[in-house]
Amino acid sequence: METAIGHPESERRPARRVLLGSLRELSLLPAIVVVFIVGYNSSPAFFTTANLSNTAQASAALGMVVVAETLVLLTANLDLSLQSIFGFAPAVGAWLVVDKGGHGLGTQWSPWLGIAIVLTVGAVIGLFNGVMIVKLRFNGFIFTLALLISLAGLQQGLASDQSLYNMPETFIYLGNAYWLGFPVSGWVTLAVFLVVGLFLRYHRAGRGVYAIGGNLEAARAAGIKVDRVRIGVFCVAGLLAAIGGLMTAGQVATITANQGNNLIFQVFAAAVIGGIALEGGRGRMVGAFTGVVLLGLVQNVLVLRNTSTYWIDFAYGSIILLALGLQRISSAIRA
Amino acid sequence: MRSSQADNGRPDEHRPPVAEAEAVGKTFGRTRVLDDVSLSVLPGECHALVGRNGAGKSTLVGILTGLLRPDGGTIKLQGEEPPGPGDRAAWQRLVACVYQRSMVIPSLTVAENVFLNRAESRIVAWRAIRREARQVMRDWGFDLDVDALAAELSVEQRQIVEIARALSVGARFLILDEPTAALEASAVERLFGHVRRLKESGVGILYISHHLEEIYEICERATVLRDGKHILTAPVSELDHEQLVTAMVGAALARAERAESSATAEPGRPRLTVSGLSASSSLGSVEDLSFDVHVGECLGLFGLRGSGAATVADAVVGLVRPAAGTILLDGEPLPHGSVSASLERGVGYVPEDRHARGFVPTMGVRENLTLTILERLSRFGIVSSAHAASAAAGLSRRLQIVASSDQQPVSELSGGNQQKVVVGRALAPQPSLLVVVSPTVGVDVASKEALLGVVDEARAAGMAVLLVSDDLDELRICTRVLVVRRGRIVREVRESPWDRHELIAAAEGLEAVA
Repeated sequence: METAIGHPESERRPARRVLLGSLRELSLLPAIVVVFIVGYNSSPAFFTTANLSNTAQASAALGMVVVAETLVLLTANLDLSLQSIFGFAPAVGAWLVVDKGGHGLGTQWSPWLGIAIVLTVGAVIGLFNGVMIVKLRFNGFIFTLALLISLAGLQQGLASDQSLYNMPETFIYLGNAYWLGFPVSGWVTLAVFLVVGLFLRYHRAGRGVYAIGGNLEAARAAGIKVDRVRIGVFCVAGLLAAIGGLMTAGQVATITANQGNNLIFQVFAAAVIGGIALEGGRGRMVGAFTGVVLLGLVQNVLVLRNTSTYWIDFAYGSIILLALGLQRISSAIRA
Repeated sequence: MRSSQADNGRPDEHRPPVAEAEAVGKTFGRTRVLDDVSLSVLPGECHALVGRNGAGKSTLVGILTGLLRPDGGTIKLQGEEPPGPGDRAAWQRLVACVYQRSMVIPSLTVAENVFLNRAESRIVAWRAIRREARQVMRDWGFDLDVDALAAELSVEQRQIVEIARALSVGARFLILDEPTAALEASAVERLFGHVRRLKESGVGILYISHHLEEIYEICERATVLRDGKHILTAPVSELDHEQLVTAMVGAALARAERAESSATAEPGRPRLTVSGLSASSSLGSVEDLSFDVHVGECLGLFGLRGSGAATVADAVVGLVRPAAGTILLDGEPLPHGSVSASLERGVGYVPEDRHARGFVPTMGVRENLTLTILERLSRFGIVSSAHAASAAAGLSRRLQIVASSDQQPVSELSGGNQQKVVVGRALAPQPSLLVVVSPTVGVDVASKEALLGVVDEARAAGMAVLLVSDDLDELRICTRVLVVRRGRIVREVRESPWDRHELIAAAEGLEAVA
């Protein structure tokens, strides 16, 4: 316990602990470097601006949902339905915006209104999840699983299993435009990671998120409005997932009837290998970000090497198992 | 910050009490858990709140901290009406409680735990928080690194975090709920040092402890509750141990009669021999403990929670791996740390927490009762339902289990009947040694009689029984009692009826001073 007894006089945080703290967050860096080297050596196309910015674009949407899920996980809850919000919310917006030729409803509302609807649908579904799970004490796993299944079915039913396209420029701007040679979605996701990370670190409610996940009763006793924070987190998660869906829709200029299908596995994979504890209260945005980067790079490298999708899934699963094993070992060493 | 009037550590009677309860009452369902209780804590006073389990201490604490509302009576904090029930921040400025179970958040640092949810603005100023936390530690003489993660702290250090949190809010009324239960002796001394410093600065403390010697050491006055009623309030200097224990236990009940006179100890050969046992668990630790349990004997291990008595039971049945010592059953060592091996060797076990370990709530009475003897009831792995039914019926009759059928899920039964199922399950394989921990906690009087009767019958029929309990009532079926305090046997009593005063005094550590 020598770490716990310090000199009250020393105003500065011991350098060793600062270093150790950030090291834990950056434990994926070596793996990222390895993937980079492998990628560099396996294809000349890998280390090109075009490829890397494509990878960023492809990972941006995943990143948004990872931020969303991380917030929920930190409060010791979970939300599986995010992958369906990811498909359903943009589909509803596009449906109202796109003409009949693009399988829309034909209303052809303004794309700005459409985007507002996408965000609203995401936030409202998230709010619904939060209220049902926090206030009415539904089991989070089963409840969001049920929502995942039913929303996916609803989306396919409404779309008659057809893809939506002919989306106006404004609607797909987020997903396919570039600023300074880097995809807009990449910038936005980076900004969201940064803002949410700072919020968690420096905002009262952000610290409340950690307190709730660490010990709900203690957080309540400290006067934190625990129900409000927990519901709010679900609501924000729904919103972020909807934005992520909008990114993917814009990137491919289409919304397939099963957009978001199986996305949730990658989301959990990124969060878990990024050090977010499933039991809540532990983990940081920096870690989740490295998780997204690693998964994005792995996928990119495997695709460049013409690996079939089955093997990509296998690689994902193996990465999760490896990450869990390493966490188990590191926590065993610390304990 | 520190008041000059109370420098000598004497309570300050000229200022309003930091907390005052006036004739408060509280009813849960049909149970009157608190009835017309009054109490006041003065600035600079350490006021002991004493009573056996279920006396109403926790309810009173709940009312004083604003978590429960009294049905009757009033409370005042700092001489004023308490804030509304929803205004937690206002309550926290007036009263702080260090609970038995830790309210520290393990994933946050010490500094953040101290200032949790208290930032003036919405933006958390880390530098200021760490500086102020360090200041609090320095002001009160706590030696704790504010950057350490709470998860890495010892129990003692976590308590200091909670006390620091309370003090930094400016609360002048502090409730310490069994603060020493999990502390070792040197940590207790340090805690007392902190308590004395707090008193000197005019903080009023309500101190709850089962260790009565602590009360004589640091408290000025004591209030005793029994069965939700206020029994007495007096300066500890005017209260001798006999009076204190009588107030807690009740004069009429001071002597426990043994139900059956036939149960004089007749030492046969030792069935269980424990020698030099050292072990520790969350229930307390024991050191170098030795005793025998003979055939036809019921040995009682009496000790308060945390005394280590329950750990002995866990070690014998193999739930806890002992650090040292041997445990022999009929002269053969019991395998360490394996429950199934112990049960196979003929040990029956009635665990303390029946909900966690005692039964499978969704399964029926019959299945639960026969869970330990499935092998005996089955051929080639197929359980004969006829055999199971008849075995279960026999046990149900013996224990007077009340259930709609032997298929009724145990979760639907009353607490008393659930406990009968647990005891029946332990008795089903006809063990040679029965280890029982607090078998009648939370059960009604009739079930209690039935349960104790069955255990006593089993003993009379030649079983050896080890009964671990902190309930004097349960000890009446024992033929011999050992008192465990802070991990050691401090007294052996061979003749029934047991003198309750003697047992409690030994368990609470009053002997040395008495």
